[in-house]
Amino acid sequence: MKQNDPLVIAGRVFHSRLFLGTAGYPNRQVMLDAVAASGTEMATASIRRISLAGEEESLLDLLAGRVHFLPNTAGCQTAKDAVLTAELAREALQTNWVKLEVIGDRELLYPNVEELLIAAQELIAKGFVVLPYCNDDPVTCQKLADLGCATVMPLGSPIGSGLGISNPHLIELICARSPVPVVLDAGIGTASDAALAMELGCAAVLVNTAVSKANDPVRMAAAMRAAVEGGRLAHLSGRIPKRTNAEPSSPQFGLVGT
Amino acid sequence: MGMIQGMIRINGEGAPLSAATLAELLAQNGIDIDGKGIAVALNGQVVRRRDWMQTKLSPGDDVEIVRVRQGG
Repeated sequence: MKQNDPLVIAGRVFHSRLFLGTAGYPNRQVMLDAVAASGTEMATASIRRISLAGEEESLLDLLAGRVHFLPNTAGCQTAKDAVLTAELAREALQTNWVKLEVIGDRELLYPNVEELLIAAQELIAKGFVVLPYCNDDPVTCQKLADLGCATVMPLGSPIGSGLGISNPHLIELICARSPVPVVLDAGIGTASDAALAMELGCAAVLVNTAVSKANDPVRMAAAMRAAVEGGRLAHLSGRIPKRTNAEPSSPQFGLVGT
Repeated sequence: MGMIQGMIRINGEGAPLSAATLAELLAQNGIDIDGKGIAVALNGQVVRRRDWMQTKLSPGDDVEIVRVRQGG
């Protein structure tokens, strides 16, 4: 089934529709095991100032060859900082892919749409493949797609909140209208949230905290994998319409006693 | 250290300028210039790895040295 249903983003083919974050695991071995259990083909990374006091083994050495890296601009609050961070990421990782985040509120980690649009436009002009973290707003998503973003990545709820998909109707609308793949990017709390995202029509799901902070991250990574696959299959299968009244599934004739 | 001609900033911290080039600065700070996952910006512009040896430093320069880390 998976072979027949690849996801293509900017010409790159994915057989897994789960993208995984690499931050916040109890230790590096658990992170590596979770990456393996998730079946992901793309893992996110951040770009931070190097410690001049020495560093431990790099993420790059640990994961190189296993997954594609998707560097983020997490924490950037202006288009200028996000563009420089993306350029540093391109140099450090030799990839022109970037998960573009421009944050407008430190507490909510909610996107700053004006700066996001400016940064997206600049980075696309510089040859980047831009995957923007954005609001669950069909108009913003359309603007980002019009600029040439490779995907749109609306939040389900605030980053790391585990609140799931606050507004499934909007996510479904965005999926139905988007000319580019929609990746549900934030707020996933557990497997059913990931399944719902896929049922609503998302092309993929990006999860970090729900896996890394679960009691058993490796098992949760496997759960997310199954949920994404299940949700995708359900979406492709076409669910039954919701009805107000019961619809018996057993035959209505030949009832005993009639 | 007769070479010290002024101050620069490295990752937001002031430091005496005692390196002629970016490559020398990285080496002085114990950073493997052949190491993967590292990038450098000088005064807000990324300097490609192949240019580190030739890039001269001047007093007042602002150097950012970054590396790939875990992220979401």
